[in-house]
Amino acid sequence: MRANLFNKIWDLHTVGQLSSGQDQLFIGLHLVHEVTSPQAFQMLKERDLAVRHPERTFATVDHIVPTSTQTRPFADALAEKMMQAIEKNADEHDISFFGLDSQNQGIVHVIGPELGLTQPGMTIACGDSHTSTHGAFGAIAFGIGTSQVRDVLVSQTLAMSRPRVRRISIDGALGQGVYSKDVILRIIAELGVNGGIGYAYEFSGTAIRAMNMEARMSICNMSIEGGARVGYINPDDVTFEYLDGRPYAPKDMARATAFWQSIASDDDADYDDIVVFDADTIEPMVTWGINPGQAVGVTKTTPEIAALPNEERETAEQAYRHMDLEEAQPVGGIPIDVAFIGSCTNSRITDLREAAHIARGRRVANGVKALVVPGSRQVHRQAVEEGLDKIFTDAGFEWRAAGCSMCLAMNPDQLQGREICASSSNRNFIGRQGSPTGRTMLMSPAMVAAAAVKGEITDVRELQ
Amino acid sequence: MDLSRAQISGTGIPVRGNDIDTDRIIPARFMKCVTFEGLGEYAFHDERFAEDGSAKDHSFNDERYRNGNILIVNKNFGCGSSREHAPQSLNRFGITAVIGESFAEIFAGNCAVMGIPAVRATENDVQQLMSGVEKDPSVDVAIDLEEQAVRFGTEQFAVTLPDSARKALISGTWDTTAMLLANDAAIAATAARIPYMVDFAVSKS
Ligand code: SF4
Repeated sequence: MRANLFNKIWDLHTVGQLSSGQDQLFIGLHLVHEVTSPQAFQMLKERDLAVRHPERTFATVDHIVPTSTQTRPFADALAEKMMQAIEKNADEHDISFFGLDSQNQGIVHVIGPELGLTQPGMTIACGDSHTSTHGAFGAIAFGIGTSQVRDVLVSQTLAMSRPRVRRISIDGALGQGVYSKDVILRIIAELGVNGGIGYAYEFSGTAIRAMNMEARMSICNMSIEGGARVGYINPDDVTFEYLDGRPYAPKDMARATAFWQSIASDDDADYDDIVVFDADTIEPMVTWGINPGQAVGVTKTTPEIAALPNEERETAEQAYRHMDLEEAQPVGGIPIDVAFIGSCTNSRITDLREAAHIARGRRVANGVKALVVPGSRQVHRQAVEEGLDKIFTDAGFEWRAAGCSMCLAMNPDQLQGREICASSSNRNFIGRQGSPTGRTMLMSPAMVAAAAVKGEITDVRELQ
Repeated sequence: MDLSRAQISGTGIPVRGNDIDTDRIIPARFMKCVTFEGLGEYAFHDERFAEDGSAKDHSFNDERYRNGNILIVNKNFGCGSSREHAPQSLNRFGITAVIGESFAEIFAGNCAVMGIPAVRATENDVQQLMSGVEKDPSVDVAIDLEEQAVRFGTEQFAVTLPDSARKALISGTWDTTAMLLANDAAIAATAARIPYMVDFAVSKS
């Protein structure tokens, strides 16, 4: 039997079996942010425990930071208090901290890869469900709860049950205007939001191999929206080239690359399940409902409830009520109020380039509020160097500082009332973007830019 | 302190709907906190209160379920974010166990390490239990992890949960920290054989 990457990494990191029957898994990299960590550090204090591997632990701030002005203290006293907590905890435990005075601050899943912290063959944990993003490098990376953050801090290990592995192969080539975001939205629409429960997803196939690292990260990012806690892509030359020369990447690349190649899935590896998609059939996707699986191609209409499987009908009815959309309504042409380009799914330099390409020489439609929020300070700098900020502001987009921004409601960027937002983020749950009655439609950053300039959901291929 | 959770009994509180995500269980704006204390009052906040603060129709507002400690839900409950704030807020509201058709993985894991059994039952059994509790909110509901069964009134049905969670909850070893720390030497030995830990480690700058 030949092994897949997932099982190779799992075996390499298994400390032993626990009395519960779970494996004790060593965690090679622990990423920490301000929202899910203060209670964990508090537990350490209560139990008088220390951080076992502070040199494998890295912290940043992303969720609560304002993106318009970042002067301290924050206007929001609660956010300021959380900020002070992570500063103090990082300092007390000697953990590297990329705070607001660091040039490397940004969304935790953007900075790990760009600093070269995220590497093939690693186990990575973070108190955040989109940790699956890091799997794009051929790592096993998963989101954990706060009690588990405590466990990793004190023991550098976790009690885990080994999931099954499903290989999802995307064969062929993506069409013009179709991005990795569309691929993952299509996968979730077909396999369901809980289709991946109990599985790790291996994404492979010629369409995946042809993608750059940023595109691969967008796919792995949303594994969790499909129910899979882990998503990964086997490392290859694209991965190695991306890492070469990054601040925390290995100096001895030859030695590292030999290990990285050895950890990739064997050609004839075994999987618990295999699903194949034809890349040519994937269209730009848009969500119309209240979970990421409720998505259709931009040229299509919303589904008729009667045509849906039984177990999806109730959620669909609720979605139509919340979204105020009709059955069998074309998604193209739905008017929007807000356009948000950002989040750990799509705030990297290539995302901004694609969106800027659409925005260039056009104007944000009247009445639409549009913002572009780079995922990190490094992305911000790079975009400014390339003049992308200028393209956006000339077109009427707001150009912001790095953070999670309007992906979720923990900072001043929030939807108001019933606003409907074309968003490049990953979740369209009710209330997700800050207004309990607000509405979110997920799509690729280029599609968001197209919606922004047209004022309605628009097939980006018409603007390219 | 007896940490075993082999038996949990009380009364039920049904929350109907599939795919209820953690943003609905605890909206993100209430996560601006450095402790979990006080999260109980925000459980299901936006489902329970309109924007003007008036109470909506929700079982967490319903006097009849005021003493309910066993939450009853449908499919894929707790999907979305990894926030432990979700089970923490439910727990602080008074929930000590959850019965559902299925759970998102991270949510179920968070429940397990907090000592909250999250057990699965068939759609039919969950429907019956929900209807039974809705008809008579005072009906006794009991979860027995040894037997892997739920009893309510005169009815009984089978439930499942991952073996590891079941063992840990029964033996009271669900608080994983001590168990993990016990293997100190094995942790060090594992680290020593992982190439990136020894050959080309991340250098702290
Ligand atoms: S960008 Fe959104 S999904 Fe990503 S870490 Fe921030 S809040 Fe979470």
